[in-house]
Amino acid sequence: MRKIIIFNFLFVFVICFQSAVFAQDHGHEGHDHSTHENHDHSTDDHSTHSVTADSHDNHGAEAHGDSHHGHSEVICGVEVDHSFEVGKTAMHHIGDANVYSIGPLQLPLPVIAYSNDGGLDIFSTSKFKADLLGHGDGHAAYNGYVLHEGSLKRVAPGQNFPNGEVKIAGFVPKEEIDAKGKKKEVMYVCDFNELYKIENKSTADAGLFGGGITSFYDFSPTKNVVSMILVTLFLGFVFRRVAKSYKAREGKEPKGLQSFMETFVVFIRDEVAKPFLGNKWEKYFSLLLAIFFFILGLNLFGQIPFFGGSNVTGNLAVTMVLAIIAFLVTNISGNGHYWKHLLAAPGVPWFVKPILIPVEIMGIFIKPLTLMLRLFANITAGHIVLVVFVSLIFIFGDSGQNVGGALGASVGSTLLTLFMMAIELIVALVQAFVFTILTASYIGAATEEVEHH
Amino acid sequence: MVGSIVAIGMGLAVIGAGLGIGWIGAKAMESIARQPEAVGDIRSNMILMAAFIEGAALIAILLAFLVAGV
Repeated sequence: MRKIIIFNFLFVFVICFQSAVFAQDHGHEGHDHSTHENHDHSTDDHSTHSVTADSHDNHGAEAHGDSHHGHSEVICGVEVDHSFEVGKTAMHHIGDANVYSIGPLQLPLPVIAYSNDGGLDIFSTSKFKADLLGHGDGHAAYNGYVLHEGSLKRVAPGQNFPNGEVKIAGFVPKEEIDAKGKKKEVMYVCDFNELYKIENKSTADAGLFGGGITSFYDFSPTKNVVSMILVTLFLGFVFRRVAKSYKAREGKEPKGLQSFMETFVVFIRDEVAKPFLGNKWEKYFSLLLAIFFFILGLNLFGQIPFFGGSNVTGNLAVTMVLAIIAFLVTNISGNGHYWKHLLAAPGVPWFVKPILIPVEIMGIFIKPLTLMLRLFANITAGHIVLVVFVSLIFIFGDSGQNVGGALGASVGSTLLTLFMMAIELIVALVQAFVFTILTASYIGAATEEVEHH
Repeated sequence: MVGSIVAIGMGLAVIGAGLGIGWIGAKAMESIARQPEAVGDIRSNMILMAAFIEGAALIAILLAFLVAGV
């Protein structure tokens, strides 16, 4: 059991740094981009009012119902439309954030950011003076960093944005055409007299959804990292208790929490470890249990409404680290038999070999790739569907204009959401199980003993 | 335009995976009806096979995402 705790802590520490690595990768790109693009603010065309999801209206209903009824406000001379957009709301809610939300509260988290031109900055997101009951839009900038929709972003370098704490009026989205001729939404921040371009989100999951190019390295413990630490501590606490009661009640029947956890452990042992790993099951058992409980815990934690709202196992970087662990364990423990069949394919006709061997080699990488994608896609899809069902209220309610429609839709939406959450509970279990069983089968295939015919 | 084609591609990928997983489920039910004592083995193998098919569909969907440039 101690091993499981150690493994879980290992996961958290590895994953704490994954987003930083991604930011680093994109960091260099960011510099190139910022030098090539011209920041022409004078083209003050008013045709660019598509807006960020910014479910201002969404939370407006519960938190600050008095704010903008017309769905638009004027920031720095540009009319910003605050009407509700489902797709963007969903993307915002499944993404990582630099604030921790419990109910309507947005609690500040620490920020650790490093940029080549600005140096190391360590501060709290409370510096951004975001509303405690708002939606994570900061009312101040700090050392060139801003808080937009709960995530840390940086004003693109080379724009003479003042250092230190600066009050800001708001965020203005504009549609621009990038170097490849594609339409792209670019965010600007307004400090009451001028617009400054800001960069996209820094984390890897944001990279998949149109972000990822930053000029700074983000080492901050984000919402996902905090959730991971909470779940790991909880798992550590549970397993310590179970381990203690095994010692205290040696030779007796299990009791309470112990018998609850024993079901899972025995299930993994009998259904996963023993059938796939044969007589070497004990060696990999703690890894399998750690993977299973880590994924299950985070899947279920992501299901808790109004607490954290984190989508940890639906974050591509997190599942990638898990898949890399499976990949490394599989290939490091692979025996000669495994490598021989992979690279030499004995017993196969010579004309099939040029096709088979490259396919087998690709298979080494495709297996962890599918592990990563499966977990990510299942959990993310579930979260998106939940957000869309809740959004039905705001679509039918016309963002607060049509109260009757909102009332009607809220009944249907509640039922649909409840149904979806019930399904998501099964998905949480099945995906944790599938990840574990596939890891076990890959390891089992790599460590299979040679059979002499 | 690209977006609509991508949407069709994603739909096709899902149809393929749906057929495959449905087939696995049907056959697993049949096997369980024939041999109820093997239900445990059949269930875990069913989930495993469904996961493999899902993997192929997920790769298709990811490629669709990349093409669409989301």
